[in-house]
Amino acid sequence: MKKDIILAGVGGQGILTIATIIGTAALSEGLQLKQAEVHGMSQRGGDVQSHLRLSSSMIASDLIPEGKADMIISVEPMESLRYVNMLNRESGWLATSINPFNNMANYPDLEDILSDIWKLPNYVTLDANRIAKDLGSVRAANIVVLGAASPYLDIKYKSLEKAIDTIFGRKGEDMVKLNLKALKAGRDYAEKHSRN
Amino acid sequence: MQNLLLLGDEAIAQGAIDAGISGVYAYPGTPSTEITEYIQASKDAQQRGIRSMWSANEKTAMETAIGMSYAGKKSLVCMKHVGLNVAADAFINSAITGANGGLVVLSADDPSMHSSQNEQDSRFYGKFSLIPVMEPSNQQEAYDMTRYAFELSEKFEIPVLLRVTTRLAHSRAGVKRLGMASENELHLPSNLRQFVLLPAIARVQYNQLLDKQNAIEEDGITSGYNRYIDADNKSLGIIACGLGYNYLIENFEGGKVPYPVLKISQYPAPRAMIQKLYDSVDEILILEEGYPILEELLRGYLNLDKKVLGRMSGDIPRAGELNPNIVAKALGMEIARGFDTAATVKPRPPQLCDGCGHWDSFGALNEALKPYSGGRVLSDIGCYTLSALPPLQSINSCVDMGASITMAIGASEAGLVPAVAAIGDSTFTHSGMTGLLDAVNRKAKITVIINDNSTTGMTGGQDSSAFGKVEDICRGLGVEEEHLKIMKPLRRNFEENVKIISKELEYDGVSVIVSRRECVQTLARRMKLKHLKKTDA
Repeated sequence: MKKDIILAGVGGQGILTIATIIGTAALSEGLQLKQAEVHGMSQRGGDVQSHLRLSSSMIASDLIPEGKADMIISVEPMESLRYVNMLNRESGWLATSINPFNNMANYPDLEDILSDIWKLPNYVTLDANRIAKDLGSVRAANIVVLGAASPYLDIKYKSLEKAIDTIFGRKGEDMVKLNLKALKAGRDYAEKHSRN
Repeated sequence: MQNLLLLGDEAIAQGAIDAGISGVYAYPGTPSTEITEYIQASKDAQQRGIRSMWSANEKTAMETAIGMSYAGKKSLVCMKHVGLNVAADAFINSAITGANGGLVVLSADDPSMHSSQNEQDSRFYGKFSLIPVMEPSNQQEAYDMTRYAFELSEKFEIPVLLRVTTRLAHSRAGVKRLGMASENELHLPSNLRQFVLLPAIARVQYNQLLDKQNAIEEDGITSGYNRYIDADNKSLGIIACGLGYNYLIENFEGGKVPYPVLKISQYPAPRAMIQKLYDSVDEILILEEGYPILEELLRGYLNLDKKVLGRMSGDIPRAGELNPNIVAKALGMEIARGFDTAATVKPRPPQLCDGCGHWDSFGALNEALKPYSGGRVLSDIGCYTLSALPPLQSINSCVDMGASITMAIGASEAGLVPAVAAIGDSTFTHSGMTGLLDAVNRKAKITVIINDNSTTGMTGGQDSSAFGKVEDICRGLGVEEEHLKIMKPLRRNFEENVKIISKELEYDGVSVIVSRRECVQTLARRMKLKHLKKTDA
């Protein structure tokens, strides 16, 4: 098993939380992992990405080679497109929220962004903010996106649930419940609406 | 044996704790910050009472570590690559004093300049000061080699430089932890003049350092951290340093490279191993994450002998970090291509946070400077450096820590009056105070704005050495009371703040304006903690 995942977003949007959940789940299944993060200047509202590599055998590079990523998981639509050069042309999946994080002067039209995403062979796009808000907090939007990506991760759904329980347990039962619901809502959406 | 999932930085921190350090000394700097933070949060470190408070700058950190080594205990000192420039005086001389307790200097380089103003290669410093350099290629090696660096330091009685780069520092992987070695007892050097670098003593010590060089190089053969991996295809030999090895392996199924490979993780690179490779292959490719240091040595100045490929030959780009694709290209291998990046994607540079006080400080400064011609603001290193970008476009320089004040002095003496220096509170106590003393002594016609957000913001909100001390320091350095002003950078204070700045711009001497409001990030964190405590109770 090998899964190379690019996580994308804007500094402060919580992509590292997604990475931690996938990472914890992967370890519980006995997989090896490497995860390159971005710290420092870019975290101040700039574009950030993380390379998360999972494998049943030894992983050499901390960085994913171009054109070899199996997935892009993004919490921002324009940011999801920034890394399509990394995506495997045949089998790569892209999962992203359609909620723009507009902290720039020349943010493109959302329609243009979506039409570019929808040209890709395999994708799932969803209004993660609305789904998360309906569940109780827009802050769970990143977990909704993770749920939408989960059918293509080759990680057992149960393992992801357990990881959420471990990671959010510290913050109380309500947080765990909210994020489990967010995961499920994203998963359900993807199973109904993803395109390939 | 315990299995941990650690950043490269954290693996180094755990390795140092387990090597039995009694202190870590550091100033925050990306990508090295997490080492000290990990030790500060470690229960084992707390139980042992390992000292881990932030130092005012890298030089004070380095000197404190040398002091601990003098007293016989093991210490780690951490910094980013440019921090080693600040600490260089102490660092280079520590090779001459030698170490008593184990002394390991960690320098985290930032090729591609993700968060830095240059991409200098710290391995040069190791060669320059004649001490061993360790360059781990993965998180496990980061842990193991940190422990080994302490052994090496005590074996040869010299400091050891541990060099990592951003990708390892900030990448996570599984690490097997070994047991904890004990701390050293307090014990002074047997020769109490070992650390007295009077010329007569320094000459002796320097010769001792030179005498150790062969044994140090020999250790690079026996330690196991430099490995010769033979293969049948001798048309090419590859020397892969540090992370370069991973990118090489990545390109071959099952990690089996058809060419002989020399993996280098400990310097000075052993000549015997390089000779063996050189003699058995037609051409040599050198993969270095950083400057072409080995490549230049191997090519020689005139490049007359065997073909050496690398950054200098153009087979690998001269600047920037390596990655699997760059290495594949250098090997003439085919590269997978993803999709073309759409034109809809626009750059998203970092920027000041919403509600950050720097918006208001620089907004007011821009207004106050309107009557003057542009290009008057010499600035410094911190979040506020982002005020160079639109929409503020306030500042005209960022060179090194503390340079704002001293550059403003120079510019004002060239006739640029008024000249403004903009510096942060932590940068001020790092390297701005001595510059301000210069300014006062010379009666420089400058206005210094100290943007005091009460933290070291850019690196994630570490304690600032300046906390609660800024005005007293300024007074102590001789800034006149009537030209030491405080303002609160808030939108509603805009007009008042413009007035304060405008008035000081007209003063024919040194003015200091402390623009003080807590960093919105640390404020939010503090409020969250307060809330958590309340709900716990």
